[in-house]
Amino acid sequence: MNLELAANMGATPKADIPAESPLAIRGMTVSYGQKPVVFSVDMTVAESSMTAIIGPNGAGKSTLLKAALGIVSPLAGQTLVFGKPLKAARHRIAYVPQRASVDWDFPTRVIDVVLMGLYRELGLLRRIRPQHMEKARACLERVGMTDFADRQIGQLSGGQQQRVFLARALAQEADLYLLDEPFAGVDAATEKAIIDVLKSLRSEGKTVVAVHHDLTTVRSYFDRVFLINTRKVAEGTVEEAFTPEMLNQTYGGRLATGQIDQLELAAG
Amino acid sequence: MFWDALTLQLGYNATLVTIGATLLGIAAGVTGTFLYLRKRALVSDAISHATLPGVGIAFMLMVLLGGDGRALPGLLLGAAVSSWIGLLCVSWLTRFTRLSEDAAIGAVLSVFFGFGIVLLTVIQTMGAGRAAGLEGFLLGSTAGMLFNDALVIAGGGALTLLAVIILRRPMTLLAFDPEYAASRGVNVGRMDLAIMALALAVTVVGLKVVGLILIVAMLIIPPVTARFWTERTDHMVLISGLCGGLAAWIGASLSAVAPAMPTGPIIVLTSFALFVLSLLLAPNRGVLAVYLRHVRFQRRVHMRQGLLALAQGQPIYEAFTVRLLKRAGLAHADGVPTDDGRARAAKALLDEKRWELVRADQAFESAAALYDGLRDIETVLTGDQISEIDQRIGGPQGVTA
Repeated sequence: MNLELAANMGATPKADIPAESPLAIRGMTVSYGQKPVVFSVDMTVAESSMTAIIGPNGAGKSTLLKAALGIVSPLAGQTLVFGKPLKAARHRIAYVPQRASVDWDFPTRVIDVVLMGLYRELGLLRRIRPQHMEKARACLERVGMTDFADRQIGQLSGGQQQRVFLARALAQEADLYLLDEPFAGVDAATEKAIIDVLKSLRSEGKTVVAVHHDLTTVRSYFDRVFLINTRKVAEGTVEEAFTPEMLNQTYGGRLATGQIDQLELAAG
Repeated sequence: MFWDALTLQLGYNATLVTIGATLLGIAAGVTGTFLYLRKRALVSDAISHATLPGVGIAFMLMVLLGGDGRALPGLLLGAAVSSWIGLLCVSWLTRFTRLSEDAAIGAVLSVFFGFGIVLLTVIQTMGAGRAAGLEGFLLGSTAGMLFNDALVIAGGGALTLLAVIILRRPMTLLAFDPEYAASRGVNVGRMDLAIMALALAVTVVGLKVVGLILIVAMLIIPPVTARFWTERTDHMVLISGLCGGLAAWIGASLSAVAPAMPTGPIIVLTSFALFVLSLLLAPNRGVLAVYLRHVRFQRRVHMRQGLLALAQGQPIYEAFTVRLLKRAGLAHADGVPTDDGRARAAKALLDEKRWELVRADQAFESAAALYDGLRDIETVLTGDQISEIDQRIGGPQGVTA
């Protein structure tokens, strides 16, 4: 067992990684202290797809994303973005962090947050010009938040805050969107607004990867799934991988059979 | 006399001190904003206390080398080096041990300061009597400020300001959302160090004016004051710089007029006065504004509840509600509605019924989100929508009163 794992941890030959994949992760291991949260995970994201990362609490879903982006430093493993190392292709990724990771009493308005998405475009010293404001407003419009542009962010509801985060990501005009629990604790209107935007991104040929909690909506929202519980359990299209056996394996029997049956019903 | 001081007409030394202090105040206010936004205010306390051993060692070295131990650039260089070491200790302790940041700050602050005091004592027993100026670094001493000292302060302050202008975007990004900043390629560890380094620069430059014990006040009070006045980071930086500069200018002038008064502490007190004024009077975030808003809201709630009670012919038990209705001419002192009151009560009840429908109907979801039980429904829905709802209710209904 240990030998096999050790073999898994070793560097995978590069030839294995499809160069056209928007996001290819190989041998990713992250640990907090001595306990690995993500262990030797491989992931290959298909272009212009929508992938849900699914797994129980503490399974390393968010950590996998953060490690792929270099937000937490992995113990081992590498990330290729459109066939290039992370540093060379970072500008093609837009990341939407968890809403709870931020102090919402921060002195900033909605429009300022969206303008942060233009960080690369504005650089250190360039002034914010009308065309930048226009672009930011267009992004707000896409998530239905135009009327809130001048509000302080603390005045927004949770769902509205999430939409502002999405607008900031849109402003980056990236090709790959990584979202950490975009539907956690948002209202129904926001959930619909967000999924509409994500689907329209996919139809523009962009790629979306989201950490997702709600098993009942997987089939209607996503076309691919990635099941993880510290180790990768399964990866593939919803038909291939989102099956009762795989879910049982991922959740270790924590899902009642009834729950899984319901999912199957939702599928029909 | 005070006016003379404010307008820099009180002699060479007073003018130098006032200009130097004002520049320092602006630089400290601007730099401190990012420290505050990154929630690292107390790190500046560790930085400032960690300057003391550097001052002592620099003095000893300069004397050993046969120079004047009190040369300001040398002392400041020593201060910068030792506070940089202190800063690295804090971030190392926080990152690689189980100590939390506050514990690391406490440890570094006290150990470095203690070591510094020991060094100062040793220097005093070394004799030479030339050490007399060093205690001035504790609380600042502007009495003997030279033109060159003022130049050092002005130059240091200007460089710090320039660095803040260049780094303002990554620093804001980092302070608001560190994970997102990292995803954009901002080196979080290095940018954090940059924020601290700027605070360190201000601290070292300001040692002569306010001293190491009080410099933290110049870094922190202005941004806290500015926070009351704005909801924008860029404005906050400007207001904070303004507050810092203003406090230093007024404070330095005050201390010039009353010669026995120490400059640094007076500046800090002036800054505190600006803070108290803002705390009380600032619109939106000030204590007074918050209180008034609460009172107004409470009145609206009582009014609405009173009207609904009138409309349904229920007795009103709260004296405050009756008083409010009476004052508005809607009810008599015994709680019986006036004609005006009857009409308003009927409207309130109708609105309540309309709201009930709006909240139950998915089509009005965005309007329903605004429901607070107080708002006039006309402010949320169009006339057409309201008449549509009224039709569903079955037209305005009679009200018993």
